[in-house]
Amino acid sequence: MSVRKTELAIVGAGPAGICAALEAASHGVKTTVIDRGEELGGQLIKQTHKFFGWHKKSAGTRGILIAKKLSEDVRNSENITVLNSTEALGYYDDGTLLVETPQGIDRVIGDRMIVATGASERMILFPGNDLPGVYGAGAVQTLMNAHGVRPGQSVLMIGSGNIGLIVSYQLLQAGVRVEAVVEAMPTIGGYAVHASKIRRLGVPILTRHTIKEAYGKDQVEGAIIWELDDSWNGIPGTEKDLKVDVICLAVGLSPLAELLWQCGAEMAYIPELGGFVPLYDENMETTRKGVFVAGDVAGIEEASTAMAAGRLAGLSAARSLGKVPDDEYAKLKAEILAELEGLRSGPASAKIRSGLAKMREMLQAVQAKELAGGEPRPQGVRGERDCAGSNSEEAVGA
Amino acid sequence: METKLSDNTRIEDHPILDFPARRVVTFTWEGQELRGYEGEPIAAALHAAGIKVLHTSHKSNRPRGFFCAIGNCSSCLVVVDGVPNVRACTEKLREGMRVERQVGTGPAPRARE
Amino acid sequence: MNTLLTTGVPSAQDIAGVTPPDERRKRGPYATIECFQPIPCDPCHHSCRFGAIQEFEDINDIPKIDWSKCTGCAVCVAACPGLAIFVVDETYGEEECLIAIPYEFVPLPEKGQPVRLTDRAGIVVGDGTVQRVVSGRKPAGTSVVWVSAPKRLATVVRGFIPRKED
Repeated sequence: MSVRKTELAIVGAGPAGICAALEAASHGVKTTVIDRGEELGGQLIKQTHKFFGWHKKSAGTRGILIAKKLSEDVRNSENITVLNSTEALGYYDDGTLLVETPQGIDRVIGDRMIVATGASERMILFPGNDLPGVYGAGAVQTLMNAHGVRPGQSVLMIGSGNIGLIVSYQLLQAGVRVEAVVEAMPTIGGYAVHASKIRRLGVPILTRHTIKEAYGKDQVEGAIIWELDDSWNGIPGTEKDLKVDVICLAVGLSPLAELLWQCGAEMAYIPELGGFVPLYDENMETTRKGVFVAGDVAGIEEASTAMAAGRLAGLSAARSLGKVPDDEYAKLKAEILAELEGLRSGPASAKIRSGLAKMREMLQAVQAKELAGGEPRPQGVRGERDCAGSNSEEAVGA
Repeated sequence: METKLSDNTRIEDHPILDFPARRVVTFTWEGQELRGYEGEPIAAALHAAGIKVLHTSHKSNRPRGFFCAIGNCSSCLVVVDGVPNVRACTEKLREGMRVERQVGTGPAPRARE
Repeated sequence: MNTLLTTGVPSAQDIAGVTPPDERRKRGPYATIECFQPIPCDPCHHSCRFGAIQEFEDINDIPKIDWSKCTGCAVCVAACPGLAIFVVDETYGEEECLIAIPYEFVPLPEKGQPVRLTDRAGIVVGDGTVQRVVSGRKPAGTSVVWVSAPKRLATVVRGFIPRKED
């Protein structure tokens, strides 16, 4: 087992992790990025649609091309070492991150760490939900866009958030029929332009509808959907039988926060942010000093916000390592915060805003308690050790 | 070298994406010979061949297929060359692989001969 | 309740708000931006060489178009990440109008190909013909297909289904 020392260890090379790495590396931080995928980019590698946001950032560019550009930038950075096809197994109290590389198990020890592990897809309850053919929307996207295999012939999409709407469109592009999109809420969850795009192609979007059951012998052969009343109960007599071989679940994501729990970072259940999330400050730092977060693990949002938050986490980590002068730091931070505010200021982001406000309140309560002389918290990524005393000569990629 | 499979589940023409030519390899599923692309996930090759039941649950023996496709859940566990609990969605296909449906927790791995 | 948010189909009122006055419709091709919800997105403004799509004060602004500057060139049709912009030319012919539609499917239709014209709900409302195809470069681009349609359907047709030539 070898020990890989680094100034900054980043777990996850999705949009947040890569942008964090690029930002930190641009300030001279020796950075090690760990991702279980072979290719960098996380879920961007299957996003064939064009992104929203600022023209001067990456708006109008397809996710797959953003992933390509970001991975090229990573490869061109001499400060970044990539451990791909490598899974982070666990975080230990002494600051060790245990990883499984294709060659075996290694220890990664970073002076700082950024957790950008993303999210996993949620499941909902209905009879038959475990039948093969019931797939996460992301899984369907992976199968068709990353591997070129159609998930089936005919799909029922559950959930009209942006993921449900976008994946429906991508299914149509791959030559798969989308029977309907059902949405339990009274209104469509995702952006209207995404909804209109699939509606124009003849896909019905049924609000106030849900799946009653999936049926089939060993795999999905069909689904019964029905209408919901104002108390969310199915209305007998409104059932419709759809002959589909795939039921695609796009019912939300949950942060993949295991490493943060292991770190002892303060966590809180905030439904608006997708479940249990870390409490983190304006610099993206958790209550475990030296451990930063960015992207969906810190609250479920879009790739554009993940990229900006990733840059902020990378910048903050670089600054805490003494690599960024105060005035430069202040300027860059203000720029990124303004970008994040713009991305989150529309009506579609109301939920995120309220979730973030709750999170900040909880963080302040924790900080106040600490000031009042509560139990001391473990400091730094290496337990009680001072994390500023690193020797960059030892760093990976040095 | 053969580089093209034309199962009707394979996407051949796509408005945005191109799927580069890859080497065709032969593997077995439950003893039956199948073909897939080298390096694609086992689950993709099986799905393209119309096989969706990869695993049966250990309590109720219910059929299980893949669910997340990126290694998060454990719905797609298969036995590969006698080794159980391999994630079909992330394990790459190789020539000559022997893949079997995993029943429950699967057999304990045997020492290699 | 707003049909846009319950079905994905904008209401007649929504459409009226993004359709130019009659006098402008008679003068030549114009863009119509069917983007009714504030979302953080601005490429349409930057795509317009004529300054017809006004600059955004806030990234979440709903795009505003100055039809006196719009030439109907349809560059914005291919640039909109939401595929929400169309160009309509009601001066195309006596009986027919021309509609530019963003298209991201294979195969790309060819000039002269007959199509079934569809509305915003995907319902077939008439027959038309492909008049021009501007192919978007793969993988980055979006193609724009110009179809001719009966003039009375100028504000109705927003999609098409290619037909095999009989």
